[in-house]
Amino acid sequence: MENFLKHKGLVAPLDRADVDTDAIIPKQFLKSVEKTGFGKYLFDTWRYLDRGEPGMDCTDRPINRDFVLNIERYRDATILLTRGNFGCGSSREHAPWALIEYGFHALIAPSFADIFYNNCFKNGLLPITLDDDVIEKLFHEVEEMPGYKLTIDLEKQIVHSPASSIIEFDIELSRRQALMEGIDEIGMTLKYRKIIKKYEVARQLEAPWLYPELS
Amino acid sequence: MTMAGQTLYDKLWETHVVHSNVDGTSLIYIDRHLLHEVTSPQAFSGLRLSKHDVWRRSSNLAVPDHNVPTTDGDENATDPFSALQIEKLDENCSDFGITKFGLNDPRQGIVHVMGPEQGATLPGMTVVCGDSHTSTHGAFGTLAFGIGTSEVEHVLATQCLIQKKMKNMQIRVDGELDPAVTPKDLILYIIGKITTSGGRGHAIEFGGEAIRVLSMEGRMTICNMAIEAGARAALMAVDQATIDYLQGRPFAPTRGMWEKAVHSWRKLKSDENAYFDTIHHFDAASIEPQVTWGTSPEMVVPVGSSVPDPADESDITKRAGMERALDYMGLKPGTPISEINPDKVFIGSCTNSRIEDLMAAAEIVRGRKVADSIKQAMVVPGSGLVKQEAESRGLDKVFTEAGFEWRNSGCSMCLGMNADRLEPKERCASTSNRNFEGRQGHLGRTHLVSPVMAAAAAVAGKFIDVRKWNYH
Repeated sequence: MENFLKHKGLVAPLDRADVDTDAIIPKQFLKSVEKTGFGKYLFDTWRYLDRGEPGMDCTDRPINRDFVLNIERYRDATILLTRGNFGCGSSREHAPWALIEYGFHALIAPSFADIFYNNCFKNGLLPITLDDDVIEKLFHEVEEMPGYKLTIDLEKQIVHSPASSIIEFDIELSRRQALMEGIDEIGMTLKYRKIIKKYEVARQLEAPWLYPELS
Repeated sequence: MTMAGQTLYDKLWETHVVHSNVDGTSLIYIDRHLLHEVTSPQAFSGLRLSKHDVWRRSSNLAVPDHNVPTTDGDENATDPFSALQIEKLDENCSDFGITKFGLNDPRQGIVHVMGPEQGATLPGMTVVCGDSHTSTHGAFGTLAFGIGTSEVEHVLATQCLIQKKMKNMQIRVDGELDPAVTPKDLILYIIGKITTSGGRGHAIEFGGEAIRVLSMEGRMTICNMAIEAGARAALMAVDQATIDYLQGRPFAPTRGMWEKAVHSWRKLKSDENAYFDTIHHFDAASIEPQVTWGTSPEMVVPVGSSVPDPADESDITKRAGMERALDYMGLKPGTPISEINPDKVFIGSCTNSRIEDLMAAAEIVRGRKVADSIKQAMVVPGSGLVKQEAESRGLDKVFTEAGFEWRNSGCSMCLGMNADRLEPKERCASTSNRNFEGRQGHLGRTHLVSPVMAAAAAVAGKFIDVRKWNYH
């Protein structure tokens, strides 16, 4: 996982609300035991005109020319601008894996679904939540200006738009830190090993039926 | 001023905090971890890579369900990708000493059917699984929610998760449902009202007269679909029905321990003066059988009405979404729901594959035939044990004589990861939980309904109001 400090990148506008994780990465591609290999199937049903299958070579597949990521000016986008409740539905972490492998570093939307939002941070993908009116303005600017890029400064929690306006965003301290420093969460939690053990001992006295292996 | 009391969620949260961090997140202890073949292999690889062991083996319980075949003697016909995932689950569970119910074990089933059925889900527990429908288990007064694969690895290695406390939402449903209106109709109706993002950031506690009279199966159906309203977790207070359901189940406490547990479980409800950040009230009596018409569970209407017109929607993004959904579904605004003809019927999934669902559906089809226009109608019991019980009641005969296929347990056509799926443009009356584009098969069209509505659609060849059904 790459540490996220600053990122400047081309923005692609995906003008749909409630984009679900089935759309981000369809279920047939979940039959993998790896964390890689999902990028070329990102938004598979929307990107291609045929039915995608795992392991498929995508170079000669018929593409849907109307889909935003297939439009020339958005080809190398690294920031996805979208609508509310992005990432709803299934908990599949394959969704952020696919977005990252495709080349996205950040997502900007009025809201994200809870499980998806959480999964993003585990993988170095930054989901930025902004107010509806700001999102509306950004959609307008992207549309008007080919080559529209945004610069994201995670430490300062700001987004610079080419119109040199500065947009602030909120993010929890621990999540920001996790992205900036690439924290090993399991390693961090295991530092509390003794406290966890202590919890278990106390809980076992209170609710021994939860620990049948010890009775 | 008196202090507000605690909600059930507050109580469960407080009991499981191992450590609180300064930024408002907490380390939460996980009592039960359920695993399946699709979201766990990368987590086990992670454990191996970092040389971590499983913290507490007995907390974990695994079962293959997502891509298992549902026809007999089909194990070898499974596609190589699915077969590898099932094999990996076997290998990982065996290497790390985790209990697993394999393909030929009658206890195998959909993870959210199997867990409660085994008594592996108990009141007062925290239950997690790498699957969003883990909210199902909240029906037992349990704090249960879906997690991603990184968190699966985190739980395996540490028995804990780093979480931020959610807000509290109460959904109170008063009054009485019509006998033919089911918990599925109720939850679809609620999602239609509060939308698919209405519960975001909240744990939803369902309560009120209409919830209290429900069986545990019905309660599970409602909690199951809380995630379709955007809430990771759903909760319901413990009562006698919860306790009766659990007594004698394999993983439930026994003898002296049972009384002690029950005594503690009875406290698992919100205080009278508990504070909820958001409250919704609904009246059960006014709810009709529901049918989804679009590609999001919130796109739902009563069976007696028509496909809505996007022109009536003032929000531009919503209107565009409705237009796309109608185009995808091959429907025109104003079409009566009763004039929609499904090609296939699917009765199953973690929402509606329990014995009560199958019994209710069987009463609709008993002595009748699936309409000629239906290409395929299938019943997929939620577990091997549900299947056995259904067979002991003769339900398999009722279904097969009517022309339904009687399958083995698994997630099946709810998400079409195995061979059970829709072909492009095929329309399905489905008791599952998601009508997303392509969910049941590439370009397939899903209408979410209750088991009795699906059964009636199979017989009639179109959606009809089961309240008017003439039972034999």
